[in-house]
Amino acid sequence: MEYREIEPNVWELPLTGAMRVPGRIFASRALIDALDEKVREQIANVAALPGIVGASFAMPDAHWGYGFPIGGVAAFDPDRGGIVSAGGVGFDISCGVRTFTTGLKASALGEHLETVAHDLYRTVPAGIGWGGAMKLTVPELDELLAGGARWAVEKGWGEPDDLERIEERGCMPGADPSRVSRRAKERQLHEVGSLGSGNHYLELQAVETIFDREAARAFRLEEGDLLVTIHCGSRGLGHQIGTEFLQKFVPLAGRYRIALPDRELACAPIRSPEGEEYLAAMRAGINCALANRQVIGALVRKVFARHFPEARLRLLYDVSHNTCKAEEHEVGGVKRLLFVHRKGATRAFGPGHPELPEEYREVGQPVLIGGTMGTGSFILAGTRESETRAFSSSCHGAGRTMSRTKAKARWQGKVLIRELAERGIVIKSHTAKGVAEEAPGAYKDVDEVAAVAEAAGLSRRVARVRPIACVKG
Amino acid sequence: MESEHFEHGADVGVRGFGATPAEAFEGAARALFLLLCDDLSKVRGEIEEPISCDAATLEELLVAYLNELIFLADSRQIVFGRFEARIQQAPHGFHLCGRAWGEPFDLERHEYTVQPKGATFTALKVEQRGDEWVAQCVVDV
Repeated sequence: MEYREIEPNVWELPLTGAMRVPGRIFASRALIDALDEKVREQIANVAALPGIVGASFAMPDAHWGYGFPIGGVAAFDPDRGGIVSAGGVGFDISCGVRTFTTGLKASALGEHLETVAHDLYRTVPAGIGWGGAMKLTVPELDELLAGGARWAVEKGWGEPDDLERIEERGCMPGADPSRVSRRAKERQLHEVGSLGSGNHYLELQAVETIFDREAARAFRLEEGDLLVTIHCGSRGLGHQIGTEFLQKFVPLAGRYRIALPDRELACAPIRSPEGEEYLAAMRAGINCALANRQVIGALVRKVFARHFPEARLRLLYDVSHNTCKAEEHEVGGVKRLLFVHRKGATRAFGPGHPELPEEYREVGQPVLIGGTMGTGSFILAGTRESETRAFSSSCHGAGRTMSRTKAKARWQGKVLIRELAERGIVIKSHTAKGVAEEAPGAYKDVDEVAAVAEAAGLSRRVARVRPIACVKG
Repeated sequence: MESEHFEHGADVGVRGFGATPAEAFEGAARALFLLLCDDLSKVRGEIEEPISCDAATLEELLVAYLNELIFLADSRQIVFGRFEARIQQAPHGFHLCGRAWGEPFDLERHEYTVQPKGATFTALKVEQRGDEWVAQCVVDV
């Protein structure tokens, strides 16, 4: 089946077979040509799920995921048999990105770069075998799962002002820690305040280019500014919730008469005991991720206080990538409550949205696109147009274009670290092989992904940032 | 070769081979833990964990088995290097009973690539190819 370009950078996968809605892919010609056949299958499979509204969307960074493509967005209407899917949220629930401004110029790092990078590497637990920033009991973890970043701030991790600039003001409502299994909690007791491994990172960045002066002013960004960005999620707890509910959902397909083209799409009606149970547990997973990033942010502040007492780390924004959220959207001129799955995609509310903090309400929500440790990342802003494009969603990263297995065979971590050092980028990692898997060449061109996100009306570019130092898990 | 990794767009596939399904499962477990330590002969067997799981099909049993190992490794911060699995038919499918041996993860001696977080249904197969059994799935990392 061929994609049909319905307007520049917007492609349609027409209705066939069991699809209830068409597929819609936001991509340039180059990105669509490079799209894996499996992504096409996954877009079509999602389009066949009950209660889906509008289209099965794929963002410019889409690649092969589990059930849903990574970079997949789909909204479901609970009053029309809509479903909630554990695969549609993803295993690393609420994996996301937060960026801080520092009040410093990147040039201030100067000869301190190596020392600061090393201190971040020693202070922020990353990779395997380091545990987290604290050890919790189950009752303490339950409080965290109910409170999210708000819990962390109450415990002294960060500042109350941070909460204004975190989705859901730092605490996902509707979380029920009692719906999270003992096993999921056991995986998290020693992991709160840790980056994890894989594509998670902590990065020092410099603002390189400003595209939109007005939004940059609202985001307090200027050329040359030093930023800190953290990418991580809900660690073992989120994965355990995802795994357990996927297994619970598989046998439900028969009971609820849901045709499943792929077991990873196992789901339950939103208005069913199983669907409500998952939503309550998944929301606790979101709070876990929000608290995790809040604690890591506080650790980063401690490092900066040691080296730059004059620095003021102010949270620009914290976005979540792997979520299902109940939101009101306009469909055919009528407002409807929809459950929007964003799997490896960012919520991108446009100007005027009531969920946005006052200071960003005129320019739109900050959208943080993590690129690679060798190229760059982008800060964008949500647009009004995005609401009609893909239920106010945008992309979340560069998107892999090469498998980990191939990347590890192609690059040597130690050589890569040396080459990046020659370009002035300091890499700190406990695993050279892990660095090879995350080689910049294994990802799509982040500049093209961000440009397409803008051209397709999903969000508009505010600033490009370049990496200076990266701590990899 | 008794275990190997195979490609997936974002994560990693683990595959085991053996004369029986149980041996292929052990091979898949080795492939899984090669992500946590590139030489499993370096892993001391000082901790022994019993493993028990059930599933309706052999394929679902593989996912349950690998997820059990991931849960134990993650919650107790240990790495396993040796595996023993026995699979029996049960009234509603299959039962796996086995053991895994390992030690606390030690960055000085265990060179890891990435932390496996969950076994998935993607590219999931347990099948006989000629005289050999193959057990595989993609692992989220």
